[in-house]
Amino acid sequence: MKLKREWIGLGLTAPAYAWLCVTVILPLAMMLYFSFLSKMPMGNAEPAFSLRQYMAFFQKDFYRFLAWRSLMLGFHVTLFCVLIGYPAAFVLARLVKGRWREAILLLVVLPFWSNALIRIFAWTMVLRTDGIVDQMLHFILPGAPSIGILYSYPAIVIGLVHSFLPYMILTCYISLQAIDDTLVEAGQALGASNLTVFRRIILPLSLPGLFVGVVLIFVPVVGAFMEPRILGGRQSIMLGTVIEDQFTEVFNWPLGAALSFTLLAIVSLIFLAAYPLLKNRLKVS
Amino acid sequence: MSKVDIRNVSKRYGDVIALNDVSLSFGEREFFGLLGPSGSGKTTLLRSIAGFVEPTSGEILIEGGDISRIPTYKRDIGMVFQNYALFPHMTIFENVAFPLSVRGVKDAEIRSRVANILELVQLGAYGSRRPRELSGGQQQRIALARALVSRPRVLLLDEPLGALDKNLRQQMQIELRQIQREVGITTILVTHDQEEALTLSDRIAIFRKGEVVQTGRPDEIYERPQNAFAAEFFGATNFLEGHSAGNNGGLGSVRLDDGTLVLTSDVVPANGERVVTTVRPEKFRISAAKAALPEDGQPVNVLSGTVVRPVYIGASVTYHVTTGTSELTVFQQNREARLFETGDRVVLNWLPQHAVVLAG
Repeated sequence: MKLKREWIGLGLTAPAYAWLCVTVILPLAMMLYFSFLSKMPMGNAEPAFSLRQYMAFFQKDFYRFLAWRSLMLGFHVTLFCVLIGYPAAFVLARLVKGRWREAILLLVVLPFWSNALIRIFAWTMVLRTDGIVDQMLHFILPGAPSIGILYSYPAIVIGLVHSFLPYMILTCYISLQAIDDTLVEAGQALGASNLTVFRRIILPLSLPGLFVGVVLIFVPVVGAFMEPRILGGRQSIMLGTVIEDQFTEVFNWPLGAALSFTLLAIVSLIFLAAYPLLKNRLKVS
Repeated sequence: MSKVDIRNVSKRYGDVIALNDVSLSFGEREFFGLLGPSGSGKTTLLRSIAGFVEPTSGEILIEGGDISRIPTYKRDIGMVFQNYALFPHMTIFENVAFPLSVRGVKDAEIRSRVANILELVQLGAYGSRRPRELSGGQQQRIALARALVSRPRVLLLDEPLGALDKNLRQQMQIELRQIQREVGITTILVTHDQEEALTLSDRIAIFRKGEVVQTGRPDEIYERPQNAFAAEFFGATNFLEGHSAGNNGGLGSVRLDDGTLVLTSDVVPANGERVVTTVRPEKFRISAAKAALPEDGQPVNVLSGTVVRPVYIGASVTYHVTTGTSELTVFQQNREARLFETGDRVVLNWLPQHAVVLAG
């Protein structure tokens, strides 16, 4: 009987595993294979297995510098998403009531519905010198200097924060609205001010949502290439753009794959290091 | 001296009146039950005392001081919620220590006070557990310990036993009462369970549509309801309607519509006025029509009727008896030689003090 149940379980989950296998594991395995090749297997080239591509990361300061830049970009974008997204989710989940809440939530998700590339190009119109922001400033203060910040690091951060903010708002919103109101009332009745209730009850209980948001944002931003390329100008070079170059321009897939997996390893190590700190905080009923 | 005073408190939500000019006083160390159906305003009053609801008008005083403008966290109250509201991310110790740590009590003192209060609720060994690892009854006791640990001025209980099953509830009622006496704290209980209110309370206020219908000791409330709502709220009751036949020798008499004269120890209004009396089902003595009455010279009411339907419950039997003009419910302890059956002629007797005259 028990055996039969196991078979049923296996049968029911098999399509999902097959799907994962085809869409995730196979392509990744292909890339992993590429990353250990000495060169691109094209034409007469006879690639051998080697660690050369991985060595490049450690031998050239250039790549480490880029990895640092990408991590910093991930850090800054995630930080701004937390600073803007958490309070927005808090207001939405705990203070706004009724139909307004759904309407605002819809507005939050709306950017998701437009094409990412169009979103980014829209930002170039806003941020460039003599762009919309600049014109508005000069309308109010005719003598003010130009503040076009297109093609700069802040422009990249602005574009990425705009793209990824909905993730943070949604994950935080979900964990914040799940907090029982009577816990807040209990806190107040037992002598805690609003600030203390937030610090000791609401914040710890919403940490899982915050953490999921951080992971969902930090990981893709570290590998981002589109926003840096279009909004960054001379600042555009990141590990993500270099990896993209290996695939589209330089045609050195092995190096691109190796750099990708190195980045994946670094990000994994960061979360692994943070895990002991978070473990107790995330343990909620 | 009263501990908490409610003075002319009203609360309106738009056109809806949740509380209408309620005034009550809760005494020092008193266990006070607020009883009523849902939507009667009892919870609104409790939440007003806690500060979660701001009354539209009126004053709430604790130890003589108006607390209307003081935020909840400075009111120095303890509160137990129906779902206990234990903090899921904290251990039992941290939960109980919460009211002390937010008040800046020193660690050593927190440890000893939490240990003491956990002993009081007999859960001393559970400090390191999480709330979800405890049973409903245990969670309830932790919620009580957490509400008491800071030695608040008032303890507010919002349907604290509502989520427990019947046996556990009865056991917790006894424990709750015992702990409340031991600590000696003024306690205000909101409940819709009549039995719970009777068992626990020193005094009870019955709520209906935002107003207090009657206030008194449990026995006063049960034995001498002042109106039909208060009478009916404690389960089955019987109404006998008629006209006043005047007061004579300490007893009032009422002429029922079928001509029978009923005596009551209450004072009846002037001659000829419409009067409604009520008799609790267990106050009747039911006997066979032919049986002689064991008279001891005391005046007793007599009414004859026919058993319409006997309902056998085990420890007791409920008879529905028709007198021709009205149908009465009668409880009888199951200790008679024989039970009555449908169609049996019976005589009902009850004492004048068990016939209660209701206010218009």
